[in-house]
Amino acid sequence: MLQGPAFWLAITLAIYAVSAAINRRCNKTPLLNPTLLSIAGVAVVLTLSGTSYQKYFEAVAILHFLLGTAVVALALPLYNNLTRLKGRWLTMAVALAAGSVTSMLVGMAVAILAGGSTLAIISLAPKSATAAVSMEISRLIGGTPAVTGVFTILTGITGAVLGPYVLDLAEVRSHEARGFAMGVVSHGIATARAFSESEIAGSFAGLGMVLNAILTSLLVPLVLKALPIAV
Amino acid sequence: MLMQVALLITFQWIGDTLVKSLGVTFPGPLCGMLLLLGFLFATGGPSQELRTVGSTLIDHLGLLFVPAGTAVVAYGVLFAHEGVAVLAALFISTTVAVHVGGAIAERFVRPRPAKDEAAKM
Repeated sequence: MLQGPAFWLAITLAIYAVSAAINRRCNKTPLLNPTLLSIAGVAVVLTLSGTSYQKYFEAVAILHFLLGTAVVALALPLYNNLTRLKGRWLTMAVALAAGSVTSMLVGMAVAILAGGSTLAIISLAPKSATAAVSMEISRLIGGTPAVTGVFTILTGITGAVLGPYVLDLAEVRSHEARGFAMGVVSHGIATARAFSESEIAGSFAGLGMVLNAILTSLLVPLVLKALPIAV
Repeated sequence: MLMQVALLITFQWIGDTLVKSLGVTFPGPLCGMLLLLGFLFATGGPSQELRTVGSTLIDHLGLLFVPAGTAVVAYGVLFAHEGVAVLAALFISTTVAVHVGGAIAERFVRPRPAKDEAAKM
């Protein structure tokens, strides 16, 4: 009875609507991220009904397809705001490289210090690239794509939930810089959060996401070749 | 409105097809986004209708991440035995990287109004 697209689409939309309402009620606090709340809510329903993730994903595949369409649509706000980059390309390139490399190297370093397995360390490396890219890189460098996928989602959620507070602490106030940093490090899930701050922040997050997808796929294989980690 | 949705999905399809035929490691939708951006510059910008359709989709970006995001729950067990090391690595690296990237972008992005105004005059 609890199966099929209609049931799971209705459940997912309802849970997200409630999550978004809670988030709005709390002044859009990053802590109550609607995507995070919804994932938790869906997980509870899946567990209670004994439904596998695979069955669920098949049922709501249309939403995942529309994610691709929405990502294409990110070109529209980006078109509106790209002129803000004028004369600042080099700066943004430096911010991109710094954010990308920091995420990769600090992540691997902490995992090494905390005694993580080699497989976990390798699977962490591409986590700041959007999931389709990070999982493919993981496969190429001998990591486990499914594990990298989970790390990637957690990186997105962490950036969306904690990123705004970190940026407040660092006194980063311009919408361009806030969005760009969140998009570079925490890709799409943080881009969704950036759009709830402003269209400018969201546009720059989308830009950061696409640029870091490219940079990460170039850098990770090089970095892993340079590091003495046995695969 | 349907034509605008069709246009977006067409770019999604072109992006998917392009990365597949080139055999590159890149998501089709991101490729489609870059192609649409080029198309917008070539055609002098989007219509109001296209903007409306686009912002409706983008307003629900958080919802559209739920199916993929729920994989965390399904595959979380894969690294349960070294959860502490991994979570520490994820939290620390993500927050430090957002800090570093944001601070650098901010330093240059934020205009200095006084100077800019002075330069203009």
